[in-house]
Amino acid sequence: MSTGLTFQETVLRLKQYWSERGCIIQEPYDVEVGAGTMAPETFLRVLGPEPYRVAYVQPSRRPADGRYGENPNRLYKHQQLQVILKPAPADVIDLYLGSLKAIGIDLAKHDIKFEEDNWEAPTLGAWGIGWQVMLDGMEISQFTYFQQCGGFDLDLVPAELTYGLERIVAFLQNVDSVYDITWAQRFRYSDVRLKDEQQFSKYNFELADIGMLWQLFDLHEKECQRLIKLTGVVLPAYDQVLKCSHIFNLLDSRGAISVTERVGVIGRVRRLALGVADAWMKEIAPKTEAVA
Amino acid sequence: MSLPFLLEIGTEEVPDWMIIPALNNLQDMFQALLDQHALGGRVSAVDATPRRLVLRAEGLLDRQADVEELVMGPSKSAGAGAAAGFAKKMGTTADQLSTHSTAKGEYFAFSKRTPGQATAAVLARELPNLILKIQWPKTMVWNGKGTERFIRPIRWLVALLGDAVVPFEIGGVKSGNATVGHRVLGKPSIPVTIENFGEQLKTNGVILSAAERRDKIESGIQELLAGKPLRIKPDPDLLHTLVYITEFPTPILGSFDPSYLSLPQEVLVTVMRHHQKYLSVEDADGKLAPHFIAVMNTNADPDGLVRQGNERVLRARFNDARFFWDVDQKKKLEDRVEDLKTVTFQAKLGSYYEKTNRVIDLVKQNGGSERAARLCKCDLTTDMVKEFTDLQGIVGGLYARAQGESEEVARAIYDHYKPLSMEDEIPSTEGGKLLSLADKWDTLVECFNVGMIPTGSRDPFGLRRAAQGLVRIIVEGKVRFDFPGLSPELSEFLRDRVEYYFRDVRGFAYDELRACLAAGWNDLLDLEARLLRVKAIRTTPDFEPLAASFKRIKNILKQASFLNSNELDVNLIEAGPEQDLYFETRRTRGEPLESRIGPLRPKIDLFFDKVLVNAPDSKVRLNRLTLLQGLLAEFSEIADFSEIVTERQS
Repeated sequence: MSTGLTFQETVLRLKQYWSERGCIIQEPYDVEVGAGTMAPETFLRVLGPEPYRVAYVQPSRRPADGRYGENPNRLYKHQQLQVILKPAPADVIDLYLGSLKAIGIDLAKHDIKFEEDNWEAPTLGAWGIGWQVMLDGMEISQFTYFQQCGGFDLDLVPAELTYGLERIVAFLQNVDSVYDITWAQRFRYSDVRLKDEQQFSKYNFELADIGMLWQLFDLHEKECQRLIKLTGVVLPAYDQVLKCSHIFNLLDSRGAISVTERVGVIGRVRRLALGVADAWMKEIAPKTEAVA
Repeated sequence: MSLPFLLEIGTEEVPDWMIIPALNNLQDMFQALLDQHALGGRVSAVDATPRRLVLRAEGLLDRQADVEELVMGPSKSAGAGAAAGFAKKMGTTADQLSTHSTAKGEYFAFSKRTPGQATAAVLARELPNLILKIQWPKTMVWNGKGTERFIRPIRWLVALLGDAVVPFEIGGVKSGNATVGHRVLGKPSIPVTIENFGEQLKTNGVILSAAERRDKIESGIQELLAGKPLRIKPDPDLLHTLVYITEFPTPILGSFDPSYLSLPQEVLVTVMRHHQKYLSVEDADGKLAPHFIAVMNTNADPDGLVRQGNERVLRARFNDARFFWDVDQKKKLEDRVEDLKTVTFQAKLGSYYEKTNRVIDLVKQNGGSERAARLCKCDLTTDMVKEFTDLQGIVGGLYARAQGESEEVARAIYDHYKPLSMEDEIPSTEGGKLLSLADKWDTLVECFNVGMIPTGSRDPFGLRRAAQGLVRIIVEGKVRFDFPGLSPELSEFLRDRVEYYFRDVRGFAYDELRACLAAGWNDLLDLEARLLRVKAIRTTPDFEPLAASFKRIKNILKQASFLNSNELDVNLIEAGPEQDLYFETRRTRGEPLESRIGPLRPKIDLFFDKVLVNAPDSKVRLNRLTLLQGLLAEFSEIADFSEIVTERQS
């Protein structure tokens, strides 16, 4: 089947749909992240008692998943559309199904299933309960009720909806390779992104300077530790966590992290993330409580 | 009056594998509730789909019976004042009291009547707690921190007693008489009665009965394959899953390009089964056919879109697999050994590289080939196994064969995770058995060394399964494998697995097992041989009395705190029954147990009948104890017969 929607039209329709349902439409975060969850619009905003609704496309970098542009379904960087509804409304699944209709999926002609798939990110001290959403046998979304983030039980339970855009659009356009997706009239996905995949695969697997990466890791870690102790700079501190996390991923794809080191490095990133979450919670706590 | 009851807990999609235990738990708790509160009635049915747990009960009273009890008051001698006080406390007047005579004298008493509560009121009060007490492996909150927990959010509740709603509330959801249909095929709010509930669900795209859903899938498959030389590969576990992830299952037949059949069948089946939940299809010769059965959660595929979609997903998956295969071949298993340094075996236990070296040593010590051990974990670094983790070992074996390793090496690698369950086969070759043993043995020893010991239901590293596999390979595979230097914890753990295997899997009686285990279990093949002998001897008429005698001997030795330090002094043996026993023991020494027990039994009986073990002369006494000790020791090489439970306990 083909809905005739281009990649960007699909994205625009989803943004429009969630905009109409009270979401802030954010732009992607401009520091490298491995998933939309890591952007501060999710990681920090889900903490605390304030309701929030946001949607954004987040290019997500996973250096080890790169395949030099040769694999039709694997990408070093893919685009996730991330939606946070905090708190999750009782009709959240119906809202989600409505978004599928908005991009031209007639549910009466398809098979949709919600299959158990819980989510856990130990480095973020975060986990949730949920499903992978299967459309005609293909996973098109992750649906998660966040339970904990940054080591804190969440005051309000947010629903996180993550759409794997390349997969969904490849499916809707009936193409076997993501590179054959029509991104815009007259432009294919490969026109836009193939060089990206080829060059970064080469860099991530072969060229990234390991010594430099370790140095950068140490520097960003120190900067984060310094900032956490100050007041009013939680967001800059969190950027340092993201830097460390991405550098860890790069070191990993370079095969530079031995087994014994691995646990330790993950622990370092985790401590930073938990520290930032803690600082954020203190910052957003009602002032009267802070005084008392 | 007798009333029917219906409860439906409406949720978002519950994981399939949790549903049946939860239903059983709900049924037990609800029956207990009826019994405890004397509401009458029995649970008549429970059933579920991924979005609803349903319980029906019949024969409930509309209210509890009134209860009358006699409350004893003050002694009659305490006078009218005390009587009035007691009456007031009972909420009545003194003229309503009776007198009751007891052994201690006459007492005031009051016959107190407690009116029964309406069943609806009891249920309304108790149900929220009961529902939230259903046990799940993992629960969540959805209304915010500190609120009620359940497996997934509760979105609606139907609770009817007869025609009336039983009113209660959980997490902002009020019970009522409206159910919810299938997400696509049904209406979102459907008023129901107890009588028309199932029917209303069906017209709204929900088949409540799991058995009916199963039938629909099976008959649907038969129709799809009718007239074709095809059949599905039977897969009861997958069928069960499909029954419990659907509310209205409909199977469809899809196809894939036969060129994919050049990929190993293991890979194809794993992709279809584990990743796509498809049933595999085979031809009349049992060869995999280029088709699959997918089960939709809807009633039809009018435009063929669902079939095409599933076919495309499968094509992408198979392309991935082919791509992985081709890429993986660019680096041989041999060249991946070093890469194992970056693959974690367990955080405290280092890498698979280190594990590999330990396994190599173990295999060599037991006379096996180093090659398979060296390569067996290398597939963990391949794209194929990173994507299809269930295929670890299998992929290594297939790659080894493709890369020109010997069939023996390839087979050993292929099999070395087996057996994965009690039903799974053990490795088929000697090399595979030894490799699997060494791998499991290493895992057990290393984990126990760092204190990763399974407790209760917690066994994150699958050590029970590893130990069970170990026992089966040794016994069923007839492999000589002595357990070197066991720690006390690991010894106890393994002994449990050995017991479980011989008792629950092989069906040996508990006392036979205890008896034989007491004579040692380091050599499991020897243990098995002894168990078989004891089981056979047990049916002979002389056995049980003899076992009873052994129990007696053991008790006597124990009471005497006897430690065998003496040689038997033949000169101290008295003529008669003592000497007869001694000669008989000596005459038959070295003969198998089976031929000894017949002639020995009367001699032992007579000995105990006529000879006083605790002779006044301490030398004689010690000598008799030594005689008995010797006899016990000879037989104890096979089993500790005093452990055998006999009719004639002495």
